[in-house]
Amino acid sequence: MKLTGAEIIWECLKREGVDVVFGFPGGAILPAYDALTKYPEIHHVLTRHEQGAAHMADGYARASGKVGVAIATSGPGATNLVTGIATAMLDSSPIVFITGQVGSKTIGTDAFQEVDVTGITLPITKHNYLITKAGDIAQAIREAFYIAKSGRPGPVLVDITKDAQQQTAELEWEKAAPRLPGYRPRLRALPSEYHRATEMINAAKRPLILAGQGVIKSGATDELLQFAGTAHIPIAVTLLGIGGIPATHPLNLGLMGMHGEAWVNQAIQQADLIIACGMRFDDRVTGNLKTYAINAKKIHIEIDPSEVNKNVQVDVALLGDLREVLGELQPSVHAAEHAEWHASIAAMKGDSAVRDIQNLPDSGHLYAAHVINDLWRLTRDHETIVVSDVGQHQMWEAQYFHHEKPRSLITSGGLGTMGFALPAAIGAKFACPDKEVWVVCGDGGFQMTLTELATIAQEKIKINVAIVNNFYLGMVRQWQEFFYDKRYSNTPLIGPDFVKLADAYGHKGLRVTKRAQVETAVQEARAHAGAVLIDFRVEREDAVFPMVPAGADLHNMIRRPHRQKDVPTKTADDRDWEMPAVATTAATPPASLHPPSAPKAKTTKAAAPKP
Amino acid sequence: MPRHTLIAYVEDKPGVLNRVASLFRRRNFNIESLTVGRTEQAGVSRMTVVMDTNEHGARIVEAHLYKLVNVLRVDDLTHKRALNRELALVKVRTTPETRVQALQLVDVFRARVVDIEAGALAIEVTGTPEKIDKFELMMRDYGIIELVRTGAVSMARGRESIGANPPLVHAELANGNGAVAPAPVSGVAMAH
Repeated sequence: MKLTGAEIIWECLKREGVDVVFGFPGGAILPAYDALTKYPEIHHVLTRHEQGAAHMADGYARASGKVGVAIATSGPGATNLVTGIATAMLDSSPIVFITGQVGSKTIGTDAFQEVDVTGITLPITKHNYLITKAGDIAQAIREAFYIAKSGRPGPVLVDITKDAQQQTAELEWEKAAPRLPGYRPRLRALPSEYHRATEMINAAKRPLILAGQGVIKSGATDELLQFAGTAHIPIAVTLLGIGGIPATHPLNLGLMGMHGEAWVNQAIQQADLIIACGMRFDDRVTGNLKTYAINAKKIHIEIDPSEVNKNVQVDVALLGDLREVLGELQPSVHAAEHAEWHASIAAMKGDSAVRDIQNLPDSGHLYAAHVINDLWRLTRDHETIVVSDVGQHQMWEAQYFHHEKPRSLITSGGLGTMGFALPAAIGAKFACPDKEVWVVCGDGGFQMTLTELATIAQEKIKINVAIVNNFYLGMVRQWQEFFYDKRYSNTPLIGPDFVKLADAYGHKGLRVTKRAQVETAVQEARAHAGAVLIDFRVEREDAVFPMVPAGADLHNMIRRPHRQKDVPTKTADDRDWEMPAVATTAATPPASLHPPSAPKAKTTKAAAPKP
Repeated sequence: MPRHTLIAYVEDKPGVLNRVASLFRRRNFNIESLTVGRTEQAGVSRMTVVMDTNEHGARIVEAHLYKLVNVLRVDDLTHKRALNRELALVKVRTTPETRVQALQLVDVFRARVVDIEAGALAIEVTGTPEKIDKFELMMRDYGIIELVRTGAVSMARGRESIGANPPLVHAELANGNGAVAPAPVSGVAMAH
């Protein structure tokens, strides 16, 4: 069957099972857009910016577990994708990006809208291709899909010259099967390693599982719960691991790391065995590496060998797909209770729970944590996907929205891309049209990609947007409050009237200023047929607690204040939180300049004292 | 820091050298030399990378090299019996008085004179990088006009060929750090 290169692109996408792509046309990709008219089975979502297309494909991939597809033209089209590609790379999202490129004869001449896309995206893709012949397109796309979804997933970019799209070639599907002799997505650890791991697990007195996004990517929820249940091992989750195991599961301790709960981080520091499952010891999770979990032996179950021993030296690495590895471990794990260990974690938990904002009475002010917790209560009985942006609200979401199912939280973790939420939610809605999709974002991040409100209108999809609006770039402001003596350099910001903005795009807009109005607004939004945007005017100078300052020891965190103040703090003196002494020194200069404070870390119970 | 010699078999495709070189830059590793050329197998190129790093760093680089789709096989020859060779061309300033001395040194190093003009000798010397270092040092007395070194190429001794075919189980990696001494704490921050 002779087809043009442009037709081959769509034919291949169709055969890979693609029914929706996100993109923006332009000169070098015009032949492909023209050929798209012959493929009505593929729905193209026209975005307002290529970054939006990339995030939508990402949201689609994360919500569905399938490969997302984004398409853009050469030059600026491709460079606009870059933030989205890097976001997908850092969070291991399977996406195939297709970009047009100037004609092969003009490559290297700085032609109109020519840019070295494969060069630019080299470090932020799992692999990429420059295709100059129609006959090479099919194999590149097939390989791209295979690479994107196998092993540790990631983005793959296929850059196709305009003349390659215009030429004709024979589409030989079978002959175009992936030929990747150097690509080994499936690794297996030796039996001796399994043996060592089970010995450690069965000997441990204070074991702890760290569950990352690998649990979700590998679909290992049941296996992990069975494994943890057998030996009664508590589980701490990373930001991207949220939803991998139910929030209400008795073994789930909650979020770890910089804004993790105190008892979770204390448990990490006190554990004698850490079993890291599909997580990569990111610096936001470990804090100071020199004092990180020094009491624990470490087992790392990981699909990507380059993550093993990268940040944290481990004792045993079990390479492979998490679900398979857990399946192999399961038979040799002995049943255990670890009652003493659970009791000591429970004691730490009791100490923290009294500080929780949720246990405080309604003071009439609107706190973001209340908004998010109410949102959770009101949507918990429904299949809900929350897509959060980056910043304070993201952390509050992680703390106060309790996710029970995998893929029910979508957020940019590794790259921390502001502006991710709105477009990613559009992608998630296309992946799961029957689910209720909520965007939770700040007023800062929302303004980065709000242009996609038009895409929502054009596609007539139902998405609810909760803007946690404090008229600040809140997380940066919080750092300025904590570490820069409250010099709020360029963090106060104004936005448009979000209610009018929603109206301008043909959506419904609501405003909430008091906690009593939250429920009504959320229910009104849910009942409305079209997209709804709620402007939650929250307390302006609220901070996310607890917090481990960047580079500080994990157990030295800034704890929640005992009483949530009604009035925002105005001076350094009346602040109601306390900076741990160690944290202050570690936060300013790079942690590596400080001598290791290993002996201190031994006395974890005494750390982080509070009046 | 110790010197590590890694061999990478790669697919002979456009851009692969760039991918490998970018990896070293991206992960903040210093390359001392990198050579690339074809092998006995069609479509397969072989790179010899000499780098300054500790054992931990070498394992990290190896794992990252394996992540490149076009990399077929990686071997660390540092702890193996290996042949390391380099070629240098050295143009040396000579006077009628010093020429004989220079030629004697050429003999001692079993180098060859490949060009000769009034006032200059061009010498070709091969050997281990250390031998080339020494030759360079000796020639400096006469005045080096120009010098070029190819960078080391390496090959394991013995009858077997490593070959581009990857082992079914990659032992070093599958072992975790079982086979490798744990790196000092200072090595931990390096990769980030």
